[in-house]
Parts: sequence; C-alpha cells; structure tokens
Amino acid sequence: MQTTEVSNLKAPPSPQAAERDILSVEGLSLSFGGVKALQHVSFNVKEGSVTSVIGPNGAGKTSLFNSISGFYTPNEGNVNFLGKNVNKVAPPDRAEMGMARTFQNIALFKGMTVLDNIKLGRHAHLKTNLLEALCYFGPARRTEEALRKEVEERIIDFLEIDHIRNSSVASLSYGLQKRVELARALAMQPKILLLDEPVAGMNREETEDMARFILDVKEEWGVTVLMVEHDMGLVMDISDHVVCINFGQVITEGLPHDVQAHPDVISAYLGSGDVATLRKKFKAGR
Amino acid sequence: MRIGTAKENYIADEALFDTNVQRGWMIALIAALIALPFLSGQYAIYLVCLVLINIVSTTGLNILTGFTGLVSLGQAAFMGVGAYIVAIMEIHLGTPFLLNLIVAGFGAALVGIIVGLPSLRVKGLYLAIATIAASVILHFVFANWTSVTGGVSGLSMPPASFFGSELIQPDQVYWMIMPITVIMLFGAANLFRTRIGRAFIAIRDRDISAEVLGIRLLRYKLMSFAISSFYAGVAGGLWAYFFRVITPESFPLLMSIFFLAAIIVGGMGSILGGILGAVFMTMVPEVLKMMVGVLSPIWPDAVAVMSPVRIIVFGALIIFFLIFEPEGLAEIWRKIRRFFHLWPFKT
Ligand SMILES: Nc1ncnc2c1ncn2[C@@H]1O[C@H](COP(=O)(O)OP(=O)(O)O)[C@@H](O)[C@H]1O
Ligand SMILES: [Mg+2]
Repeated sequence: MQTTEVSNLKAPPSPQAAERDILSVEGLSLSFGGVKALQHVSFNVKEGSVTSVIGPNGAGKTSLFNSISGFYTPNEGNVNFLGKNVNKVAPPDRAEMGMARTFQNIALFKGMTVLDNIKLGRHAHLKTNLLEALCYFGPARRTEEALRKEVEERIIDFLEIDHIRNSSVASLSYGLQKRVELARALAMQPKILLLDEPVAGMNREETEDMARFILDVKEEWGVTVLMVEHDMGLVMDISDHVVCINFGQVITEGLPHDVQAHPDVISAYLGSGDVATLRKKFKAGR
Repeated sequence: MRIGTAKENYIADEALFDTNVQRGWMIALIAALIALPFLSGQYAIYLVCLVLINIVSTTGLNILTGFTGLVSLGQAAFMGVGAYIVAIMEIHLGTPFLLNLIVAGFGAALVGIIVGLPSLRVKGLYLAIATIAASVILHFVFANWTSVTGGVSGLSMPPASFFGSELIQPDQVYWMIMPITVIMLFGAANLFRTRIGRAFIAIRDRDISAEVLGIRLLRYKLMSFAISSFYAGVAGGLWAYFFRVITPESFPLLMSIFFLAAIIVGGMGSILGGILGAVFMTMVPEVLKMMVGVLSPIWPDAVAVMSPVRIIVFGALIIFFLIFEPEGLAEIWRKIRRFFHLWPFKT
C-alpha cells in the first residue's frame, strides 16, 4: 500500500491485497470480574474486505472492538495490526497507524461543529506545533486550509453532509450523527475502519445510504472495514466474511450465507429473544 | 450568517474575523486602545491596565478550564510565580522587561506542568483540590524563602525601562501592558483554529474517545496547563511592573476564585467570554464604589453603610447573570449581534 499523503486516500486496493491479513486477533480473552466477556477469540480480517461480527446482545462484540482499539487491555491473547503485534501500543498510536473506529453510542464532541469534529479526525497526521498554532499565519494556516479543502472535497461531498457542516452536532438527528462519526473516522486516513453498529436505530433509507457508503469506502477508498451489526440484511448484503460470536466465543465464521445457515448461529439468535422478529430479520437478509 | 454576505468559498470561512464589518470593528477597537492614553486621565488608565492584566490571566484559565475542562484554582499562585521572577530579574539582573516577562511565563509554565501532572488521574473537584494544595505550597515558598522572595515583607522593584525612559505612571506602563495583552489574545484565538485547540476541546468533551482519535491525553493536558500558566506568569509579570511591590499576600486564593468566576460569568470556552468576564469582574466593583462615592456628599455615612451592600450587590449580579444566561456574557453578546445582523428580518 502506498503511503503518499493524499493519493493513498482513494487508492484502489492492490491486486494481492485480498490475500493479506490486515488485522488478526489471536486467543483474545477479557473478563470483568466474574463476567467473561471474551474467551479465546481468534479470527483474521483480510485486507480490502468487509468483515462483519454478529452475535446476540451481550455476546461481547463491543468488548472485542474495545480490545482491538486499545480501549480495554485483554487478559490474554494478541492483536496484530499490519503484521505488528500492537498489544503494548497505546490507543493514540494505534490511531496513527491507521486504525479508526466509530462507537455504538456515538462519541461525537458536542461542543464542536460538524466540521471541527471531522477535522479532529486528522489530528494524528497533522504536524502543527504550539508556536505555529499561536502565530497561525504561515504553516498552521496552510495546513488548516489544505485540510479544509480536502475535508470538503473528499469527505463532506462523499457523505453528502454539505448542508450541516456548520451545525453543532447536538442538533442533528441520530442518523446524521452516525454519518458525521463515519466522516470523522475517514478523516483519520484509516487503513482499517471499525464500525460498531453503524445502522442501529436508522430507518430504511438511512440504512441504505450507509450501506452504500460502506461499500464505497471499501471499493473507492481501499479501506478495510470491520463492523459489528445486528441488521442481518445489511450484513448479508455487504460482507465478504462473517464471524459469529456468542458468550464471548467464536461460534463459526465464513461466507455470509454459510454462517447464516449454520445451526449454532440460528439457535444463538433464536435463543436470545423474540423469535418472530429474529426470523423476520433473517428473511430480510435474503 | 450576516444578511447580505454570501461566503464565496470555504477558505474565507477559515478567517478569524469572517466579514469586513467584523474586521472593521477590530481595527476600530485597536485604534481606540491606542488613542486611550491621550484622551483619559491616570485613574481611567489605571483601571484599564488592571482590566488588561486580568484579561490575560483569565484567558489563560479559560484555555485550561473552559476549553480543556480541567478545573484549576491555582491561577493566582502561577501569577505569583511570574511576578516574583520578574521582580527578581529586574532587581538583580536589570534585564529588558520583555525578556523578564518571557522568563516569567516559562517559569510559571514549568510550575503549571508539575501541578498538572495529577490531571491524567484526577478530574473535576479532585483536580481543583490538588491545585489548591499547590497554591498553598507556593504561598509557603513565597513567604518563607526569605533570601530570594524577601519573605512576608516581599520585594520592591525598580520600574521597567524602555530605551532609557522609565515606565512609572499608568499611562506609561500601559504601553507595555496593552500590546502584550492584544498579542496574547490573538495567540489564544489562533490556538483554537488548529489541531491543538481542537484536541483541547475534545479532551473536555470526552477524553476517552479523544484518545482513540489519536490524541495523547497526558501530553495535551500538560500542554494546556503549560499554556494557561504561561499566561498567568506573564500576567503576574505585568502586575509586578504595574504595582512594583510584591508580597505573598498579593496573590491570594481568593484571586484564583475571582478568575474562575470571570470565565463562568463571561463564558467558558469562549475567548470573548474570558475578556467580558474579566471586564465585568474588575469593573463592576469599581463602578459600585464610584456610585457610593457619588452618594457621599448627600449622605455622609454612605461609605460606611454601603460598603457591605456593595459586596452583596456584586455577588447578586454574578448570580443574576448566571441564571439569566448560563452560557455567559459572550452568549448575550452573540444574541444581540444575531438580532442586529438579521434585522430587519425576524428570526
Ligand atoms: N466496562 C464493562 N464493565 C463490566 N462489564 C462489561 C463492560 N463492558 C461489557 N461488559 C459485559 O461484557 C459482556 C459483553 O458486552 P458487550 O461487549 O457490550 O456486548 P455486545 O456489544 O455484543 O452487545 C456483557 O455481559 C457486558 O455486561
Ligand atoms: Mg455492543
């Protein structure tokens, strides 16, 4: 993968990219007191793929994401990113390496506008120092103007959020907030994008938009996507690989339809709540 | 947006003052600051100098507390550090005032960084208590390190000199205080147009997710402490040049509370808010004092009777503004502006 400043943003994935594992999780275990949130979880994410993690509520999906991004320190196991063991790498450094994420319960900065939230994503890649910042004229200004231009032309345009760029995030609908969070993650120039329930709480139209954005991120930007999602329709439509976990363990993984048809997956879902709605969700996936 | 201006492009959007009208007001304000000493008496200039010094320190605290979300009650003590450094350098070395003020800023920043070290672990009231502890320790040092600080009797220092002429009267010291205040205000405003200011706000709003975005918490929290106390150190240095007598009692804890009140009344996380808060907190007691003074020819006992009333009115005004507009004076100002910009169209 090239690492030139701008061109790597929308570089198409190189032909051999699909062969390499960009992220691999090995034997990850995590417990909170007596609760074993994760038990020996292992799986790989191929570069250039959309990989989905599914599983009923409380299965440990968010805990898995938190361990990958360095939020939680697992009790055992390894996280390898770009061929490097990152167990001891702090979250900001993982971000700088190219790991970006969104949160299940949106973590935008309420005191800032949409634009500033997005610009914040680029933080780790900007070099403005304190003295330059205080003077502003000169390097800081050039940096900010170049950033603004790129955010406008590549991100705001792409995600169709022109109309809200100067709004405060607190005033936005839930669906738009999720979109702004995606924008901010894209501003991080990620190599992998971790999306925790990107369409939860969205209506049908918003979900379809988001599906389109995720596919474009993969295909046009060449960014690998790892997502947690409940919406089986979305998972079936856009995933290359699906990992199902329950009670903190991997039940099965594979191609979307194989995982969907797996008896343990069906029982995991059926065992966890309202059967009728779950059947409907499964049907919607077809 | 102001009626009648359509931004041509988003680069213009990045400017600090985004309309010509705003730029015009800014130029008018600076012209007024330059004209002031020629138009008013010493007492008025004395008050303006005091306001400006308080603006510098309040803006520093606003960066730390208003923008980064780290509550500090150490601002006055950091000012003390700057004031003592300036006095000592002026007495023993006689170096140029600009150098002394810069050293004062860096000295205070260093102390600020040390005081800020617990901020990675403790927040809110706990951090406030830690900064109070630091203030107490600094006060102890000021009062007891007699060989350097002159102990409880403090230090008297010579005035600053500028190309051979001494800056003694308020209208002379003003020429040191005013430009430095203006430059430092621009610096603070610029900070929030870059990644550093955005990182501060991110830490204030949600420090844990800020980390996942690549912001190193300890580094930026300490940077915020350093900048904030640099501002305090310079303000303290200016204070020293203004009064030229420094004692351990010059920078009491109450003064730190004064600065905290200034950013709360003015508007946390707004540069304009810090300015308005400092003006309010400095001027309201003065105006009340003047009003009592006006009464005294008619009512001889006015001063004695009204002094406590004055303090109560001051407190009541603060509370009134907090209830009336919790976002601070800066928000009131914004509402007034919005009204006139959209006028005659109703919002
Ligand atoms: N910070 C935490 N402290 C204690 N328990 C937690 C914490 N985070 C998650 N858990 C527990 O770990 C399990 C997995 O939770 P989570 O990862 O959020 O599941 P999912 O995202 O799949 O719904 C749950 O039993 C939850 O209660
Ligand atoms: Mg979850």
